[in-house]
Amino acid sequence: MFQAKIYVTLRKSVLDPQGGVVRKSLYAMGYQNVPEVRIGRYMVVDLEVADQDAAAKQVRDMCDKLLVNPVIEDYTFELVEV
Amino acid sequence: MTLEPQIWREMGLTDDEYERIVTILGRQPNYVEVGIFAVMWSEHCSYKTSRPALKTLPTEGPAILQGPGENAGIVDIGDGQAVVFKIESHNHPSAIEPYQGAATGVGGILRDIFTMGARPIAVLDSLRFGELNSPRVRYLFDGVVAGISGYGNCIGVPTVGGEVYFADSYEDNCLVNVMCVGLIDQKDIKKGVASGVGNPVMVVGAKTGRDGIHGATFASEELSEAAAERRPAVQVGDPFMEKLLLEACLEVIKTGYVVGIQDMGAAGLTSSSCEMASRAGTGLEMDLALVPRREEGMTPYELMLSESQERMLLVVQQGTEEKVTEIFAKWDLDSVVVGQVTADGLLRLKEGDKVVAEIPAKALTDEAPVYHRPTEKPAYLAEVQDYPVDALTMPDDYNEVLLKLLASPNIASKEYVYQQYDHMVGLNTVVRPGSDAAVLRVKDTNKGIAMTTDCNGRYCYLNPKTGAAIAVAEAARNLVCSGAKPLAVTNCLNFGNPEKPEVMWTIWQCVEGMAEACRNLETPVTGGNVSLYNETKGNAIYPTPTIGMVGLVEDLNKVCTQGFKQEGDVIFLLGENLPELGGSEYLKIHFGLEQGNAPVLNLELEKKVQQLVLAEIKSGLIQSAHDCAEGGLAVALAECCMAGNLGADITMVRRFRGDALLFGESQSRIIISINQEHSVELVKKMVEAGVPYTQLGKVAGDSLLLNVVNPGCSGCGGNLLNLPVAKLAETWRGAIPCLMQ
Amino acid sequence: MKFGVVVFPGSNCDADCLHAIKVVTGQPVEYIWHKSGSVDGFDCIVLPGGFSYGDYLRCGAVARFSPVMTPVIDFAQRGGLLLGICNGFQILTEAGLLPGALHRNKNLQFLCHDTHLRIENNQTPFTSLATAGQVIRVPIAHGEGNYYADTATIQQLEENKQVLFRYCDPQGEITPAANPNGSVNNIAGICNRQGNVLGMMPHPERCAEDILGNTNGQLIFQSLLQQWQRRCG
Repeated sequence: MFQAKIYVTLRKSVLDPQGGVVRKSLYAMGYQNVPEVRIGRYMVVDLEVADQDAAAKQVRDMCDKLLVNPVIEDYTFELVEV
Repeated sequence: MTLEPQIWREMGLTDDEYERIVTILGRQPNYVEVGIFAVMWSEHCSYKTSRPALKTLPTEGPAILQGPGENAGIVDIGDGQAVVFKIESHNHPSAIEPYQGAATGVGGILRDIFTMGARPIAVLDSLRFGELNSPRVRYLFDGVVAGISGYGNCIGVPTVGGEVYFADSYEDNCLVNVMCVGLIDQKDIKKGVASGVGNPVMVVGAKTGRDGIHGATFASEELSEAAAERRPAVQVGDPFMEKLLLEACLEVIKTGYVVGIQDMGAAGLTSSSCEMASRAGTGLEMDLALVPRREEGMTPYELMLSESQERMLLVVQQGTEEKVTEIFAKWDLDSVVVGQVTADGLLRLKEGDKVVAEIPAKALTDEAPVYHRPTEKPAYLAEVQDYPVDALTMPDDYNEVLLKLLASPNIASKEYVYQQYDHMVGLNTVVRPGSDAAVLRVKDTNKGIAMTTDCNGRYCYLNPKTGAAIAVAEAARNLVCSGAKPLAVTNCLNFGNPEKPEVMWTIWQCVEGMAEACRNLETPVTGGNVSLYNETKGNAIYPTPTIGMVGLVEDLNKVCTQGFKQEGDVIFLLGENLPELGGSEYLKIHFGLEQGNAPVLNLELEKKVQQLVLAEIKSGLIQSAHDCAEGGLAVALAECCMAGNLGADITMVRRFRGDALLFGESQSRIIISINQEHSVELVKKMVEAGVPYTQLGKVAGDSLLLNVVNPGCSGCGGNLLNLPVAKLAETWRGAIPCLMQ
Repeated sequence: MKFGVVVFPGSNCDADCLHAIKVVTGQPVEYIWHKSGSVDGFDCIVLPGGFSYGDYLRCGAVARFSPVMTPVIDFAQRGGLLLGICNGFQILTEAGLLPGALHRNKNLQFLCHDTHLRIENNQTPFTSLATAGQVIRVPIAHGEGNYYADTATIQQLEENKQVLFRYCDPQGEITPAANPNGSVNNIAGICNRQGNVLGMMPHPERCAEDILGNTNGQLIFQSLLQQWQRRCG
């Protein structure tokens, strides 16, 4: 069995107003060395699959179809055997 | 086995209360039983402190179909239809986690309404916070508004009104009072009764988790750092689940299979089960092993005490279980038979075959302790009431004062708040937020329902009895200004620690004032909620008996709003201007004082003014109507101008201090505008009715002009106000967004 | 002309759309349950506003996989009239029937208020009764209505006159101040290339009756009816 840790963020080209607000707050708190903050989603998906390649393929498939909107979002993921 | 005293004390029971439990049961209670008694006898569930006072409120009237004691009150609106409504507090959870606290507050009150078979058609929120210059307050304010928005918008019930006040006394104890109004055909009314021995009991909706264990107890103690550590007591709401539950419950109620139904609110399965049994005079037996759960290994104690949201308890007719399950399944919801109604009056809980608790249902409800706590008039009252407000220097520039008042967050436009609420979904919102009261149409009829919430906590602080009476009078006045006949009240009594005699005294005074006003204005109380212990480090909130009121608009074509309608219309002020400054927003903004006595309230005059205004809105004579509230006459005139985007040319005789005339908050005053050709007729009617009035001037131009003449003193007259409406509006609209940036 | 209003779990403007269509057009209109496998017999389908599936994950992302969406997509591809309002617009972009995406409003808040819209193209079945450049007042109520598409897509939309509504001031000027949510080019509603699928964030059903103080939204439902009558009546 594998566990996929999927990170979804807004694509570089897309304005991230939430990230902008957080960056400004951090700046006001004294963290003035933070040029950018991007906020996204983190998902943990358990897969009952024996083979790592098959698991990776399935995760990509799920991301492309449902978990991620490619018009505005990018994703990366890592697989851990559990 | 005897429990350690520490156990019941930590659950909030006193040693005396524990002894009482032993007497009732005739044996030592076990852990589960103590837990059940502790929540049911908590202030939040039992009203043990406030009950004696609440009993003095008028609760009956020709339109009242259901008074206090059920999930919500019901009033008749004719044609076999009724309005179901109630207000409830979610103060403590919101102070700890504003978004979820407010969101689950909305969820809870919605369930109280649809549990009776009514479709919720509107939500109103009465909110109070500390001053906006505090970052913590801004966080709470934004979080609460976002929580209401997040939940209400998702479920698709419009949030159409309410109020927002800011005062230091709410700094550590914000108030979140949520009112919901529903519509029902009287034949579909359902109650929370477990009748019919042998009928199955079903748990439906969300699965039960460990959230909010002892939330009701938590709401019955002062907030402290230790309380903040009990964060798990805050539940997380799922508005999507609630939307499904709403649709499924209404569908199942329409079938006629449901005998009784109740929301699992505070104290979850415990309160719903024993209250339903107690009302019906029956018992309930449930196998807790059958309750669908979210987590493994939950104990009977946890299952009974969990405050997981979006759950309902149903008693259905024997043999209909499968059909009921089918309907819930259609909405992708769990529904499980967990027990049945019994004849023995006992709440019997089992885990499989093992009995884990057995308590007479009535012992938990009707037989809960009642406390007649000592009262003492607070010493501060004489001091604040005697403050020499008449000795204060009058301002030089009235324009500047008016602009300052319009920018005060208590008076400024609340657009920042209500534009975050979907206030139109449902297609019923005829008068949107921002006028005196919201008005919703009743589809397929020519009727409308008007609704409002009101309370000025500062008045109640300065004079609890008058302050509470004013809250009722103002609520009724707001409805009348919208063209509605006030029908009934729901109340939310927010106070500090009642174990302090001074706080208890203000509770009694407020209830007395409220009762008197409700009797006079013929608006009985149909129920509500009490929230005590709103106190941190010894500082109590202002006494805040929030009034929610509904009224009936008989002819939707005769709805009235506050904005001036037409150039040339004549402006009248009904009621009396008195030289009063006590408790005014002006005193606070201009002098930094929250002193003096609350304005005088003459209920006889109030009633006369209201009756005349309502009659002449119905007759079509009145074009606009607006009550004079915080900020007095000048602010009310400015609001009429801004809402209508028209100016006004006013001339008044000055008989006392100019600031009291412009900014004093005398009660029972309504500003109306009428077509010039009707003015003689209206004057005649006012004279006949014995309603004091002042002709103020005309709707004209694009500025608010106000001149005074002083018969006895040639140099005292002149222009006091001269401001473009655009400038007024810019100040009034911009204030809160500016503070929030 | 028979209208269908799809009901997803979490739809909350379904009843409003049904009511407005009935009142404005007088035509038959029915709900279509999300588990339905067919949309046969309908001439125009509406995906209403709301929070389908709680808007969990992303607005419209889960609804797009509802059983009913298979026949709805098929219906649209065959040229059927399909109108997505608010959450319906979000579902249409998620389903790939319209380009682009709707993400969080620029100020991060849910916004419910009147907006003014300039009608940019009156040569569509949804806007045929409008005059070119006509300004209508229609309320919005959304937290995620900030329309985004890449530059190339926007250019295509503009060239093909697929932008039907743009947020404007009361005089019809397209200004940054009139843009409530940060949408690219003030876009409030777009149609597909063929012109039979419209997605819009504002709610025409909320301004279609006198008693609600505004009837500007009638134009869209009346246009649909007129076009249908011209073709099939």
